Formats: sequence, structure tokens, C-alpha cells
Amino acid sequence: MSYARLTRDDIARRIAQDIPEGSYVNLGIGMPTLVGNHLPKDREIFLHSENGILGMGPAPAKGEEDADLINAGKEPVTLLTGGAYFHHNDSFAMMRGGHLDIAVLGAFQVSVSGDLANWSTGGDAIPAVGGAMDLAVGAKNVWVMMEHLTKEGASKIVTRCTYPLTGIGVVKRVYTDLAVIDITPRGLVASRVVQGLSFDELQRLTGVPLLPQGARAVA
Amino acid sequence: MIDKISPSIEAALADVRDGATILVGGFGGAGVPEELVDALIAQGAKDLTIVNNNAGNGEIGIAALFKAGRIRKLICSYPRQVDSHHFQEAYRAGKIELEIVPQGTLSERMRAASAGIGAFYTPTGYGTDLAKGKETRVIDGKGQVLEHPLHGDVALVKAERGDRWGNLVYHKSARNYGPTMASAAKVTIAQVYEVVDLGQLDPECIVTPGIFVTRVVKVPRKGGAYRAPAGGSVTRGISGRAVA
Repeated sequence: MSYARLTRDDIARRIAQDIPEGSYVNLGIGMPTLVGNHLPKDREIFLHSENGILGMGPAPAKGEEDADLINAGKEPVTLLTGGAYFHHNDSFAMMRGGHLDIAVLGAFQVSVSGDLANWSTGGDAIPAVGGAMDLAVGAKNVWVMMEHLTKEGASKIVTRCTYPLTGIGVVKRVYTDLAVIDITPRGLVASRVVQGLSFDELQRLTGVPLLPQGARAVA
Repeated sequence: MIDKISPSIEAALADVRDGATILVGGFGGAGVPEELVDALIAQGAKDLTIVNNNAGNGEIGIAALFKAGRIRKLICSYPRQVDSHHFQEAYRAGKIELEIVPQGTLSERMRAASAGIGAFYTPTGYGTDLAKGKETRVIDGKGQVLEHPLHGDVALVKAERGDRWGNLVYHKSARNYGPTMASAAKVTIAQVYEVVDLGQLDPECIVTPGIFVTRVVKVPRKGGAYRAPAGGSVTRGISGRAVA
């Protein structure tokens, strides 16, 4: 059986379509930044940047960059009309204090109970956490955007994370290049499986138990 | 008459001592008080503990302070950037003590210092390696980590405009840690591009009131053009790089 994995832009488009109008959203650096390119033009969505921006707009035209207006990835951005600047404590009050509706984060691993590992691969890498742990515990909904499998073909959705944890039981939903996985009290629920990939095959690739959407938990 | 405007950047930094803990504003390149840091290198203080979000970029600012061998310890949230090579060399050589703090906790520890708070519980980092060895409690069903205030001997911040009473306003996302650091140190030195007369700053819009500011020093405005970090942008391409 053959199936086509979603591209990163495909995943970003899916996520963008799922963000309701009026949401306050933080997009983590790396892959999640792509979501910003696919936000529906007819919805007002407030992008937050941890370094003190709400109502963050797209990248400026070449030559219009301002060294004092950057995003969390240190790339130049713009401010939408009506946007605001604020200092770090206000910014992290928004993040930690449950004011953001959605944080979209990258991950190395997500566990069946929603544990998130996305800040360190351990070993002798220089540790660097940034605002990942604040978003993980603070956003109302933590969505992860990642490839389903490692380059070696191992599932990144695991029984227990082997990489250092960012937060415990925080992830609600995972968007991968193969499916969308909701982490629910009754287990992992898979939906929107890519065309050509059967549920059984997705189950085999993922390793940890999945439920098809609409299925009842087995007692 | 109270006049906090320093006659020179050298005069502003004259009393910084060896071994001081220095809070340095900025996130990436935005809001880094580069002129003050350059002047600190010239001033010669050593054995410093530096608090900053990052670990310096390229050859300027905090990176130059690393290169000059003046830093003993770095307290930061995100030192892993491709152009933080002076930090990385010193760290790999075992010359730097590194304390990694989640970004919101770093900021809140300084806020606690400024506000006279003895310690605080935060859910950030609970159950992770960064909470190891720390007191924890479950409050309202949520695991929380006890964190302590982070005081500075000196804060170096970059603002846009200031007056002789030390009132400050900032520019766009260069504000970041500035107001928090300004209020968390015994001595706060602000570099500004413009010194204005009292009353020229709208009292409704003053971000840092002068009580938190010891000295203000005017520096010439450089071209404000965005400088991409040397060697490309931040380390990217790994989906796990959640936020910087």
C-alpha cells in the first residue's frame, strides 16, 4: 500500500484551519512558525511572541526590517494595526497564566499521557530551554507539530519519553505528517489519517495503542 | 536639582566591581545595551555573573565580554544559537558556570527581587531536569517548583528615551527584559538615544519610572537596520526547537 506523507506546509495548513477566530496563539520557533503563513485571511487571530508582542504580523518587505522588532526566533517581523508591545513579565504572565488559547510547539517525543519532550536531546548538547516550559504548562491547549517517525522510522509518540521532559501531561493534540492524534482520557484517538494509509498500518507504525475516531474504548 | 544623566559612559560604569552580578537586557539582538557592554569591557571588571536571555551573538556585546574572559557565570534561558561561539568555546573549555533557567522563571525571579518577594512557586519546569534538587509542592492539584529571587548588583538596560529623573520609554520589542531588570538591581544604568526634558514623556506612557533608574547615559544612534546573526539565523531545522 502506498501513501504520501504530508509536507510541513500541509501540516501547517491543517493546524491553521483548526484555529478559531479570536484565538490568542503562540507559534514555537522552527516548524510551527509555518502555521503563520496559512492562517485564514478572513479570521482575526492574535499571534503572541514571547519577547513582548501581541498582534504580530508577517515578515517585513526587504529593506523594511527593524532590529528592534523581532520574533522569538530572532527574525524580523511586523506589528499589525492594533498590536501591542509589553515587557517580559507581562508576556510570561500571558503564557504561564493560562491566557493563551493555543501554543503550537515542535517536539522530539510526546508520550501517551501527553508528556512533552522538546527542549533537549540530553548528552553533552548545550542545554537551552527558552520559553518552552512556560508555554507547556501555561497555554490552554498545547498542540504539537512534528513528523510522526524519526529518520530511523521509530515512532515519536511513545509510551514514555526517553528525552528530557519539558512538561508533564500537557499535550492535547499532535499533528503529524500521517494523522492527527488527540490525547484523551480514554486514550489516543487518531483522525485525518493521510490518504492511502490504513488505520491498521498507522497503528503498526505508531506502536502505542490508538483508537480510530468514533470508536469506543475497550473495557 | 536631581540629574541622573551621566556625563559619560565611563563615569556611568565607574563603580562596577569585580565579581558583580550584572543583569543585561536584550533578547537576541533586540534591546541589548551594546554601548554599555562595550564600555564595561573597557572598564575592566572581571569575574562577573551575567544574567541575559541568551549568550551573546557574533563578536559584539556579551559575546565580546566572553571573548575578553570577564565572565565567570552565565544565568540564561537559551544559550544555544549558532553565533554564540565565544560562549560555546568558553563553556566547552570549562571556564564558565552555566545556570539554565526557563525564560518565564528567569524573568519572574527578577520581578520577585524587585518586589521584595522572598520566593515563589511556579508550575514551570515541574517534573523536569530543571527542577531537580528544588523544593516542590502540589498547589490546587498542580505541581509547583519553589524559585528564589534573582538580584542584580547592576542592571544595564537599553531604552529609547529618558529624562533627568530617570524615567524611561522603550522601542518596540527591544523593551523585553529592560523594565524588569531595571527594577531588580541595586544600581541601574540605562543607555538612551534621546534625553528629553522633564514633562516630555507622557506620564501615562512612562514604562520604567525613575525610581528604578540610577543613571542615564546618552549614546549615538546607530543605523537601526536589522542585522541577521552571523552564520545565518538561530539554530533551526529541528522540529524540537520550540521557542528561543
